[in-house]
Amino acid sequence: MSAKERKIPAPAVYPETQAFWDAAVHGKLLVKRCAACGEHHHYPRSICPFCASERTEWREASGSGTIYSYSVMRRAEVPYVIAYVTLDEGVTMMTNIVDCDPDAVRIGQRVKVTFVPSDGGPPVPMFAPA
Amino acid sequence: MSLKGKACIAGVYEHPTRKAADKSVFQLHAEVAKGALEDAGLSIQDVDGYFCAGDAPGLGPINMVDYLGLKVRHVDSTETGGSSYLIHVSHAAQAIAAGKCKVALITLAGRPRADGMATGTAPRVWGATPDVPFEFPFGPVTVNLYAMAAMRHMHEFGTTSEQLAWIRVAASHHAQHNPNAVAREVVTVEDVVESPLIADPLHRLDCCVISDGGGAIVVTRPEIAKSLKRPVVEVLGAGEAPKGQNGGKINLTYTAAAWSGPRAFEEAGVTPADIRYVSIYDSFTITVLLALEDLGFCAKGEGGRFVAEGNLISGVGKLPFNTDGGGLCNNHPANRGGLTKVVEAVRQLRGEAHPAVQVKNCDLALAHGTGGSLGTRHCSATLILGRGA
Repeated sequence: MSAKERKIPAPAVYPETQAFWDAAVHGKLLVKRCAACGEHHHYPRSICPFCASERTEWREASGSGTIYSYSVMRRAEVPYVIAYVTLDEGVTMMTNIVDCDPDAVRIGQRVKVTFVPSDGGPPVPMFAPA
Repeated sequence: MSLKGKACIAGVYEHPTRKAADKSVFQLHAEVAKGALEDAGLSIQDVDGYFCAGDAPGLGPINMVDYLGLKVRHVDSTETGGSSYLIHVSHAAQAIAAGKCKVALITLAGRPRADGMATGTAPRVWGATPDVPFEFPFGPVTVNLYAMAAMRHMHEFGTTSEQLAWIRVAASHHAQHNPNAVAREVVTVEDVVESPLIADPLHRLDCCVISDGGGAIVVTRPEIAKSLKRPVVEVLGAGEAPKGQNGGKINLTYTAAAWSGPRAFEEAGVTPADIRYVSIYDSFTITVLLALEDLGFCAKGEGGRFVAEGNLISGVGKLPFNTDGGGLCNNHPANRGGLTKVVEAVRQLRGEAHPAVQVKNCDLALAHGTGGSLGTRHCSATLILGRGA
């Protein structure tokens, strides 16, 4: 299995999340942090979902995380691994696990971000075994 | 204000079809509306409140009220996916209690099977929602999202595929008695775990059927229900709760049933130990397991052991569930199993379930729905219903 063989739908880019996708082009993973309450959140919003402050700021994430859960999608033209990865910053994001044997993926496994081209849009953050 | 004693379910109907190639969605809505009103002994002229969700074409009540020829003074199109119809019963009871209507009609219909829809495995989006760009590129479909909830439960609590399979086994034991069920054959744990993996750890037999048809419910004032010829079923308590990703602090080991359940029990003034029969939304086996734990029928993490003791099988276990065969074996019309959950609970309370699965002295039942996706965002709805005096 390779993510490169699967057509990755392009994410829609909104003004609120433009910076996330601009950074993705440069291989950087951003997360939002609220300057008022100190919490990170994902998916990114302009207004903090924890305290409703508008003082949310983009931070570059380390790009390292741990698999929270996953599933190998067998009933697909090209089987793939969907997963939730908990970043070291504390937020959990939906992604794919790539560059690995799907049958060897495990919860708790350490992974590192890698950006994969989408079909006509910015690259999207996937993860590979660290 | 409590809902207890304010409204009754006077009529229910489940369309007998499971493949409706020769009927439109709106025609099915009309047929189930007629069926539930006939069951109640009421007519279309009696209806003054109408409820529908996203399966109704167009702008919901605007199009359907016109098509059905209703004259209503109250409408509600609350849309929470497959749990919508349990919420409609609650909202209808609230509207009746507030004097906004007296006879509320709820309809559901659809034909995904005739349309050849790959319900669980095809990518779908529900409009330009804020989450789509951060999820859709990664191939979320219905089944792999529920699968991630199952995978995490297995990791934290040691739940096994064999334990999950017992939920399908129990449903199949009930479905054998339902001539309308899509899957009537009794299956074993081995049959389930040896069926093809769709999205690890969920197998084909962990997934519900795809079927056409629908159903309808009539909710009315207690004095109207008591004037009719059918056994009275009272709405005793209701709870509804959405659960999302909590800003990225995701926990897939519990559902919003942990909130909707206690609200419903508190309103009804009963506990899980009092319940004689449960209809639990069963889009997948894991949907049932999580709901059983969150509703308090067993401790968190104990769901696997609870179901593997055969507790869900009528006449065998202590918590008979989905005696029509549920979504897993009988019917999942329009990809939305909430309405049929209420229908079978009403059959049980009336003593009108199939004799082979009828629960003895069934005076208190719970119906529970899970709409949306357990793996991302969903809405739980719980109803507690009682046999009237």
